[in-house]
Amino acid sequence: MDELEEIKITFFQECDELLGDLESGLLSIDAGDTEPELVNAVFRAVHSVKGGAGAFGLEALVRFAHVFETLLDNIRGGKTALRPDLVKLLLRAADVLADHVAAAKLGGEGDAASTTAMVEELETWISGGPAPSPPALPADLQPNEDGIVFKPVTLTLPEVDEGPREEVWTITFQPMDELYAKANEAGLLIREIERLGKIDVELLDDALPIFDNLDPETAHFAWKVRLRTDVPEEKIREVFEFVEGHCSTTIVREASPPVLVEADAGPDIAAIIAAAQAANMEAEPAFTPLKVDVAAVESQPPVALAPAAPVAQVAQPTSPRSPQPPQGEKVNQATIRVDPERIDKLIDLVGELVINQAMLAQRVAGHGFAASSDVGRGLDELEQLTRDIQDSVMAIRAQPVKSVFQRMPRLVREIAGQTGKQVRLVTDGENTEVDKTVIERISEPITHMLRNAIDHGLETPEERVAAGKPTEGTVRLAALHRGGRIVIEVGDDGKGINRPRVRQIAIDRGLIAADAQLTDEEVDNLIFLPGFSTASTVSDISGRGVGMDVVRKSVQGLGGRISISSRPGFGSTFTLSLPLTLAVLDGMVIDVAGQTLVVPLTAIVESLRPAAAEVKKLGAQGGVLAVRDAYVPLVDIGRVLGFQTTEIDPAEGVVLLVDSEVGGRAALVADSIHGQRQVVIKSLESNYQQVPGIAAATILGDGRVALILDVDALVAMRKREPLRMPEPSIQAAE
Amino acid sequence: MIKVLTVDDSRTMRDMLRLALAGGGFTVIQAVDGEHGLEVLNESGADVIITDINMPKLDGFGFIERVREDAAYRATPILVLTTESDPAKKVRAREAGATGWIVKPFHPEKLLDVIRKVAA
Repeated sequence: MDELEEIKITFFQECDELLGDLESGLLSIDAGDTEPELVNAVFRAVHSVKGGAGAFGLEALVRFAHVFETLLDNIRGGKTALRPDLVKLLLRAADVLADHVAAAKLGGEGDAASTTAMVEELETWISGGPAPSPPALPADLQPNEDGIVFKPVTLTLPEVDEGPREEVWTITFQPMDELYAKANEAGLLIREIERLGKIDVELLDDALPIFDNLDPETAHFAWKVRLRTDVPEEKIREVFEFVEGHCSTTIVREASPPVLVEADAGPDIAAIIAAAQAANMEAEPAFTPLKVDVAAVESQPPVALAPAAPVAQVAQPTSPRSPQPPQGEKVNQATIRVDPERIDKLIDLVGELVINQAMLAQRVAGHGFAASSDVGRGLDELEQLTRDIQDSVMAIRAQPVKSVFQRMPRLVREIAGQTGKQVRLVTDGENTEVDKTVIERISEPITHMLRNAIDHGLETPEERVAAGKPTEGTVRLAALHRGGRIVIEVGDDGKGINRPRVRQIAIDRGLIAADAQLTDEEVDNLIFLPGFSTASTVSDISGRGVGMDVVRKSVQGLGGRISISSRPGFGSTFTLSLPLTLAVLDGMVIDVAGQTLVVPLTAIVESLRPAAAEVKKLGAQGGVLAVRDAYVPLVDIGRVLGFQTTEIDPAEGVVLLVDSEVGGRAALVADSIHGQRQVVIKSLESNYQQVPGIAAATILGDGRVALILDVDALVAMRKREPLRMPEPSIQAAE
Repeated sequence: MIKVLTVDDSRTMRDMLRLALAGGGFTVIQAVDGEHGLEVLNESGADVIITDINMPKLDGFGFIERVREDAAYRATPILVLTTESDPAKKVRAREAGATGWIVKPFHPEKLLDVIRKVAA
């Protein structure tokens, strides 16, 4: 990849971080934090986005960031006072900036209309705050009798270009002490002038005192340079731009036609400068503060001038960053960038290692070595090490959920705006780490839970006042580790679930029997059933055709679980529990028709050995199982997957009760159960092809490949069989 | 080879400077803020310094003042990076001891031009 393209990727990564800093800084200010450094940090974030954007020619982004930055600079300098309404505006401006960055990432520009509107608002504040009425027109801009305002426009016509003409300039300059104190040098100025044309240099050393009176820290020389060139005067002035005020300079164009006497080899600047230096040396050998080492400059071309200089070796700073992080400040940790593919490869290899280790253990046990023998102990240590390596490798890909959480304040603001509700978002546990593959997929369920919490959970400000609550509702988004899983909670302090209504809807839609006896928890969780939607009109927010059933399905696709708990009048909390990684899976190893299969543990409710009386045959090949007064459809894994044509008698085998999305609860029939095991997931698609009913594969300790079942697909396949079962539904327990 | 120290809290800007400077045949060392800049300077030294102004911990002005306090760096060219030609900032940087400035966004050639202007 082009190195510049790589830097562009870095730029956008940095933008994401900066936008996160910007938003969290503004939110802290909004929450009442008056630390001046916060405003500085916010300013720097916008400033850095602008700086990088300029480097890549992202004009629209630069223009908007500039206006935003100007206002922040005014605030920083105390010109504009921070008020709550201004902070809200800054937050919205941050959103527009984020839009611009996102658009630029895709090679486009941010939305012009919203940008123009925001720029107008920002400029109102820059010019002294929102004005109550439109400013009066200046006296010279009054409407004429037709009511039309004519605004004078100054036109600058381009000068007729006569082409560059050589002219002779006399440049006299006398450096002051200050010039040398800022590390500028007269010799370099002469060199710069020489780059513009042909020169003739004269050293003016009249001011040089006798040796006894000489002050080595004082500048004594002046130079007169005659320059013959076709460049405009401003180019000559540019040479002196860094020394302005530290050097008395006159630049005069000679009236007479060019009569510069040319020497054969041109002016020998090296000799002149050497002479100047020699003058210095004679006067005062210890004249070091001036450092006019120009002879050396001229005798060997500076590296910077070399057109085809080899690429420099880039030295990295050798000093480690100071370890102590000041309170709350982000530490610039030393990081290395690694291609994700390399990490995936490593994870793959560690997976192989885990499998190999298991195979080795099995073989060693097969040869009759006791666990207490040297071999057995060595194997134990190897297993421990292998697990440590696996954990460490997984940790490389772990990322804090912060990247997902950071996007949520904006979402909350938008939904609050659309619903007319006042919402405060509180986040907790942003640094909780989880595998990158999981991070990439939790954003959507969190988004839905937040939408749901604000749209359905929180009351309107009026309702809240009537209920004796503050007008502003609180939504809490938290992440934590619990039992080897990551738990995400979305809670609100709203009205809680209206259980009688939920129950009625479930009955109306035929999801539960009219006389079903359900616990409060069971009623709350009815909202996850397919086809359930509590909003009588599909709202723009939670609607969009996505119900909580879809959320639950996507969560289960990740090996996760979702539930809700609620207290009427006090609010509800969604709890989402996910595995820390998608690279390994806790599974139940089973045997079906001579095949070893793995069922994801998250899908299994319980396993049981049914009595013959509990199995009810329906038709020739189907059946249901009575489980505590509810009937659950039987799914014969071997038959559905085509391992065998005859059925296993459930009474002779084992039944796994599973929760599936498509058909509710189902009973999978297997020959026997081996036990629980953590398995490394191997994609079947990338190694073979997609197989209906199979999610992936793994390699067992004995080296055999075992397929991992896709429970939802399996249950759905059973439903498509020619012989249709009665539609499964949740049967309430008595 | 001329060693250039770049001090900037923006990773993008550090990368851009490194790319441009390496292309001009300079050795590049980097720091992420003023304080870090002083540390790096202490350890590795530098022939030319390019510094951003708005940085956490120690900003560009403070950094330049601290560098100039050290006799060893009295004659080391220091260039400041500014995004717009804000005269007030240039004046302040010069008061602090800056030799010149580079206006962002810079063209790599222009950057090398400016360095050539101040570095022997």
